[in-house]
Amino acid sequence: MKRLIRWLKKPAGRRTIVGYIFIGPFILGFIIWFLIPALTSLWMAFQEWNMIVPPKFIALDNFKNLFKDKLFWQSLKVTTTYTAISVPLSLTLAFIIALLMNTKVRGIEVFRTIYYMPSIVPAVANAVLWAWILNSEFGLLNAFLHAIGLPKILWLQEPKWALPAMILMSLWGLGGSMVIYLAGLQGIPNEFYEAAEIDGAGSWAKLWHVTIPLMSPVIFFNFVMGIIGTFQVFTAGYLITNGGPQNATLFYVLYLYRNAFQYLRMGYAAALAWVLALIIMGLTAFIFRGLGGRVYYEQAG
Amino acid sequence: MTTVSVSAKPSVVRRRVKFTRGWFSRVVVWTILLVGSVIMLFPLIWMVSSSLKLEQRVFMFPPQLIPNPVRFQNYVEALTYKPFPVYLRNTVFIVVMNELAIVLAASFCAYGFARIRFPGRDFWFSTVLFTMMVPYVVMMVPQFVMFKRLNWIDTFLPLTVPYFFGGGGFNIFLLRQFFRTIPEELADAARIDGCNEFTIYARIIMPLAKPALITVAIFTFLNAWNDFMGPLLYLNSPERFTLAIGLANFRASFGSGLVSTGAGGRSRWDLLMAFATAMTVPVLVVFFLAQRYFVQGVVMTGLKG
Repeated sequence: MKRLIRWLKKPAGRRTIVGYIFIGPFILGFIIWFLIPALTSLWMAFQEWNMIVPPKFIALDNFKNLFKDKLFWQSLKVTTTYTAISVPLSLTLAFIIALLMNTKVRGIEVFRTIYYMPSIVPAVANAVLWAWILNSEFGLLNAFLHAIGLPKILWLQEPKWALPAMILMSLWGLGGSMVIYLAGLQGIPNEFYEAAEIDGAGSWAKLWHVTIPLMSPVIFFNFVMGIIGTFQVFTAGYLITNGGPQNATLFYVLYLYRNAFQYLRMGYAAALAWVLALIIMGLTAFIFRGLGGRVYYEQAG
Repeated sequence: MTTVSVSAKPSVVRRRVKFTRGWFSRVVVWTILLVGSVIMLFPLIWMVSSSLKLEQRVFMFPPQLIPNPVRFQNYVEALTYKPFPVYLRNTVFIVVMNELAIVLAASFCAYGFARIRFPGRDFWFSTVLFTMMVPYVVMMVPQFVMFKRLNWIDTFLPLTVPYFFGGGGFNIFLLRQFFRTIPEELADAARIDGCNEFTIYARIIMPLAKPALITVAIFTFLNAWNDFMGPLLYLNSPERFTLAIGLANFRASFGSGLVSTGAGGRSRWDLLMAFATAMTVPVLVVFFLAQRYFVQGVVMTGLKG
């Protein structure tokens, strides 16, 4: 004790006190808003609880029910399909657009602004706008199809079209990852390209052997963030289709939300949340192990 | 992308090929980008255009792109039908509180992580990174239970108070990265002049970190203004609604819009688009005023993450 007090009076000890004062708010917040809820959530996953009657311990029943729950599998299928198509598609498009912009064409700032703008439109405004764009009778999309001689599509009424409509909508927000790609591309030193040219590399060779390897950390980052984001998509499914038609857009978080706040099955919702967390973390770890080794990092200088 | 080099040929010829090919591909690239821009802009144009149409003119097929007559009255109707000023006030209140909380708390914590060396610092910093990676959804249900126990439901407290504790892992991370770039000599000089860590934080680091603080402030504004899930969970009474919830409810009260039920039950898309436009415009204005910081923030998270 005495030694501790003596140490605290020394500069190193004083620095430690000051340091903990600075990061104190975070530590407090971490315990109150993160650690306690996380532990509560873990405990809840093993209870049957509707917030009215006291919780009842039911061991693994929530998880057992979950695997028998058709809507759980439906929501998982919808979300996985959405992620599996939307993420690669929007990232590829964003990458191509960033590559085109990086060719130093005129008006790049204007283009960048235009492509980025949709990604900051408020989620609710975005949902309302797209509900109108996808409107089968008077919507913009069907007007476009009509103009090129195609029949109208019942985007939001037909189960087979509802999810593609959501994916289309998600592509409108590709500006965020595009800006990240563009910044990465602009950071590649010109010498790499010049060296490749001396070795006789054409445009494709330069793309495959210089640009893509050097961009791999950025691609990797966008990929992981994209998966984490799309697995948690909620607003569009909630506001545009409310999960319909025939649960074709019943996103995982929407189903979780319903269980928690409409059916008041708090324990079950907690179990759902943990399963989602495990899926996301498992996927992230899988990508890290599978691709992580192939990602090129510049040696820290 | 644009240059093609043919190594076997003399350099003069090569340069000429490069030039003509470059010129041609530039036009192609420019055209593709232009077409893409039109596609990206169209939904926004459509939103504004629909918001200015006469009610009957909204339901025309094929639709008119330029409203005729232009009806600004839609905005008056949309923004007075529901208590728009109340929603706006609530949203602004939440935004201001979040700004205050995040700029202060995140910079304060970031200073500790960036500029002071003490045992346990790296452990806690990895905790910061960890909180950034855990999906929000896991916390949603237990946090709700907690706020209910605290009797905070239907108040602004769940949407503001937690931010005073550290201001979010992402913001701490971003500010820490910036603080680390400020030369230590400045702080040393201040120490000789009798400054302690707190005065160095307040008088030296904070003024120098203005660009990073603005970036954080902008993303805070965007998140608070656009947030839907939080207000949806915690706010029940209409007099506490934010713009996001107001718009969602506005949509519900003007029909689902999924199935148009003929003249009687049609959605008022003109008014909905006016509300949506009104909610989007401030975001776009901030974006145009502070584009530099936007890009900087996106890049900082994307490249240095």
